[in-house]
Amino acid sequence: MPTKIEKDSVTGQETTGHVWDGIRELNNPLPSWWLWTFYACIAFGLAWMLIYPSLPGWRGTSGWIAREAVVADVAAAQAANAPMMARLRDATPAQIAADPDMRAFALAGGRGAFANNCAACHGAGGQGAQGGFPALVDDDWLWGGSLDAIQHTIRHGIRNTEDDDARTSLMPRFGADGMLTNAQISDVAEHVLSMVGRSTDAAAAARGQVLYAENCAACHGDRGEGNREIGAPRLSDQVWLHGGSKPEIMAMIRNPRLGVMPSWQGRLDPAIVNMLTVYVHALGGGE
Amino acid sequence: MTSVEALHRAKADRPADPIAAAAQPMYAPRKHVYPRRVFGRVRSVKWAVLMLCLGLYYVVPWLRWDRGAGVPDQAVLVDIANARIFFFWIELWPQEIYFLAGAMILGAFALFAVSSLFGRMWCGFTCPQTVWTDLFMLVERWIQGDRNARMKLDQGPHGANYWFRKVLTHGVWLVIAAATGGAWIMYFNDAPTVTMDILTGQASVQVYFFFALFAGFTYLLAGWAREQVCTYMCPWPRFQAAMLDENSLVVTYRDWRGEPRGKAKADGVGDCVDCFACVHVCPTGIDIRDGQQLECIGCGLCVDACDSVMGKLGRPKGLIAFETLKNLSASAAATATMPAGAARFKAGMAARQVPRFVRPRTLFYAGALSIVALVMLGAFLMRSTLDVTVLRDRAPLYVRLSDGAIRNGYTIKIVNKTHDDAPLALALAAPDGFRMTVQDVEDDAQGRPLLARRADGIAQYRVFVVTPAGRRLDQETPLAFRLVDAQGRTVASQSTIFLAPKP
Repeated sequence: MPTKIEKDSVTGQETTGHVWDGIRELNNPLPSWWLWTFYACIAFGLAWMLIYPSLPGWRGTSGWIAREAVVADVAAAQAANAPMMARLRDATPAQIAADPDMRAFALAGGRGAFANNCAACHGAGGQGAQGGFPALVDDDWLWGGSLDAIQHTIRHGIRNTEDDDARTSLMPRFGADGMLTNAQISDVAEHVLSMVGRSTDAAAAARGQVLYAENCAACHGDRGEGNREIGAPRLSDQVWLHGGSKPEIMAMIRNPRLGVMPSWQGRLDPAIVNMLTVYVHALGGGE
Repeated sequence: MTSVEALHRAKADRPADPIAAAAQPMYAPRKHVYPRRVFGRVRSVKWAVLMLCLGLYYVVPWLRWDRGAGVPDQAVLVDIANARIFFFWIELWPQEIYFLAGAMILGAFALFAVSSLFGRMWCGFTCPQTVWTDLFMLVERWIQGDRNARMKLDQGPHGANYWFRKVLTHGVWLVIAAATGGAWIMYFNDAPTVTMDILTGQASVQVYFFFALFAGFTYLLAGWAREQVCTYMCPWPRFQAAMLDENSLVVTYRDWRGEPRGKAKADGVGDCVDCFACVHVCPTGIDIRDGQQLECIGCGLCVDACDSVMGKLGRPKGLIAFETLKNLSASAAATATMPAGAARFKAGMAARQVPRFVRPRTLFYAGALSIVALVMLGAFLMRSTLDVTVLRDRAPLYVRLSDGAIRNGYTIKIVNKTHDDAPLALALAAPDGFRMTVQDVEDDAQGRPLLARRADGIAQYRVFVVTPAGRRLDQETPLAFRLVDAQGRTVASQSTIFLAPKP
């Protein structure tokens, strides 16, 4: 309690009784309307609490709920997009890519859909990821990089059990199942390296060439050009999904890792599949 | 005598007031202020400033400025929906909002400079609170009469005459308030359109809300709150003390000349005849003779009031004047021992000096003002209306193609602040062999990609740069993109880098 309330001799104003280092605080009271403004603010706050869902379990008298407002906003946005989505649903990817309006919409929407559904494996920019998740930005395609091929892959996926039209193929486990010896696998790997000029053992590569022709060429082609019909990778290029060193190549021959991708046609609106198709095609490697 | 003592001397010299000695009330009571009409030089200046400010405020939204088809033709417009600020020939984008910040900094330093030179000139002459309160008081006086008539009216009886005049006053106030709120909305909407919309009930909820908000607060602050705004709400009076010093011109009562107060014909008294003219005209209801006070807005109406009284008495004007505290102290010191009379007046006035306008404080404010103004001017003159921004892809940093070539991706944005949409060719400045392709774009006659630009908008393109396969690359190669117009001039350029894996 301040006890030394006194009158300031200079201003004639009362002090509050508070003294700090000899400095006395003058009492300059506020006007009463200021107090009423304060009460009005409290009343406003109480009214606000009453009207809006302010407390857990209290829905407010207005019936306004933030969640429902968002739902309404989303519905309004979807309604606004509905005509364009209908066009995208009925068009082929080629028609979408050729129409500037549809293409712009598909690229913008495809970016979002890609981030939501694809980026987890293929990377935010489609750069792929270690462990066999292919890059979508380069010009090397396992199953084809045309609009139709991309659309098919997204719709049905790869080697999944949920879609009868899923792309599928199998590479034998040459090492694990005893089809080739370790030395033979090494020779084949040496031959594969020789296709891109990285072989260090010409004799082994020559031995491997024979084995390659017998075991691998049916799928990967005589010169390692690959076969997109069955998703057999091209071996004669610089892009290696599972690594391009000799031990990595040998590991793939011994016990291949085969990528799996889910089917999206039941999960995504056909319009969104089409948007993703055009978006992925435009990432930089589309054919 | 120091200037601080000079500030409060008059009050301290007064005998103790027995009522004030009792415990103060918890809350300060509101004393209704009935300012009297006043004539004089300061009042004339204030009327002129009032008309200028209100005229500008109400007229500016109606000025037109032809910018071509599809662009608003309002000279001053803040277009929130399209994120543009139009100011005559200037059109600002959101990223140029710093011009607005700069203008505010300029305004602040100008305010500091004016305050250090002339005291609260802003408060007393140009502050919207003062201007609109003046206007509302004018209406009040026209309908209810001058000070005495208004006081009598408020005392009662509260009959038909009372209510007629009060209702009429508030009605006119509300019309002015509505015009004020309406004019504010016009700075953010096309003025003729929004006026019609408001009148026909077709405007948006937001428009009506802000219209009502500004109208309501105009009515409340200029009609009801008035001096309470300056005394209790406004922070400016609280820190203006930091800008004022003993060389600032402030509205001051020359107590060395006026004291002791007394009847005009009495002997041995000063020039102040205690007529209370200065108190009665004061819009904040204070007595300037008590010295410098927080409540004083420096409007100088008491100067006019006192001058007219002094004129009638045949005494020199300027008993209340725009004066520096330094001169006030000097005059007081020179006349401390002198009796009232013509000799004291002469000695006091002779002790005054020309106010020192050039001093470190004002030089600092002037310097800061100049620097900000120069920076703003420089930024404005160097402001480009066509920019190219290049965003290099980060995911991935580079792409290795199947033949071993390295590709980098870029997003190029053409920021076009003009309404010219002629296409521009994109040229790549890079070492030999670097090839550029732009998605969805045709080449011009020279084989360069021709980029369309959007009038008053941003056009975006995907650009790929590829190196030949097998080429040895540094991890970082500098590149530049240039935009070339039809005449072959480079209108914008941006440098960037090309990234490659570690060799």
